[in-house]
Amino acid sequence: MDEREKSYFTRMKSYSPYHSPFDPCRPIGKKFYSTPPNLYIGFQPPGMEQFDPHTALRKGTLWPAFWDYYENPYEAKG
Amino acid sequence: MNSLPENYYQELEQIQAVDFVLVELTLYLDTHPDDVKAINQFNQYAQYSKQLKRAFEAQFGPLQQYGNSFSDANWGWGRLPWPWQV
Amino acid sequence: MWIYEKKLQYPVKVSTCNPTLAKYLIEQYGGADGELAAALRYLNQRYTIPDKVVGLLTDIGTEEFAHLEMIATMIYKLTKDATPQQLRDAGLGDHYANHDGALFYHNAAGVPFTATYIQAKGDPIADLYEDIAAEEKARATYQWLIDMSDDPDLNDGLRFLREREIIHSQRFREAVEILKEERDKKKIF
Repeated sequence: MDEREKSYFTRMKSYSPYHSPFDPCRPIGKKFYSTPPNLYIGFQPPGMEQFDPHTALRKGTLWPAFWDYYENPYEAKG
Repeated sequence: MNSLPENYYQELEQIQAVDFVLVELTLYLDTHPDDVKAINQFNQYAQYSKQLKRAFEAQFGPLQQYGNSFSDANWGWGRLPWPWQV
Repeated sequence: MWIYEKKLQYPVKVSTCNPTLAKYLIEQYGGADGELAAALRYLNQRYTIPDKVVGLLTDIGTEEFAHLEMIATMIYKLTKDATPQQLRDAGLGDHYANHDGALFYHNAAGVPFTATYIQAKGDPIADLYEDIAAEEKARATYQWLIDMSDDPDLNDGLRFLREREIIHSQRFREAVEILKEERDKKKIF
């Protein structure tokens, strides 16, 4: 993978489960799953950009490339 | 026990931030033992962490046990609140 | 040996007295993919793995104990001063009957911790793949906990813990690469 390719990946994927007319719950629509940066980066290259110490602590990693903010993807649905 | 002053939390978070960089660099160096720049950064932060802890301990008592921190006159180790309480 | 440091790895906060969330969180205390299982799994694997990755297992295993203390702190704060009635309303009546407010190593469904959660095959690749899977499972558990929690301060701490799983998984993946390398060949970045 070259440098450019590495930066192009989405951190969340989705699929639509089959919904039968005999499934009583309202269809959830999309099911989501997380695909965080550690799946794509490979062996970490040296000299990657760093957060300052306070930001690093708050984000849970020293390196922006590995930071993956997570939020409930289902929240918007009523 | 009286509640802790505001600067307790500020200075503690500063230590947590610097020590967090050290945790990250430790794990990184475990798989990148030849990265000299990272080793230098690690040693710099280790030095900085020691300074911050010395100043914190002078106000709020020992952080480590078994002689890794000096004790104050009243054995603050056992008297001052624990991390899950503050 | 280990040296205790009288501080949390991350400043844990919770916004409300909410024993229901504590009931869910206990999954990461005494559950199959929880922090106790993680710490014990990695530290135990150190004795039968090439020296090159013993440092990593030691350091990640040690960090897991810091995470265990964070989870304990969250549970402690979510239930501290809660009345027996509040605990009962939160579905913690069974817990209260046995333990009062004490923490116990069990999962969210009350199943006690067991050593069978921790595999140890003695094969370095099998064990490291188990570790990678454990980190991804713990990451997923934190996601499900964040999905169910409406406490912004708690979610802040849970996001920190989820991010740590990502970094640990990254390091275990690198450890596999190190063990795959041909002898005497230098790694090229």
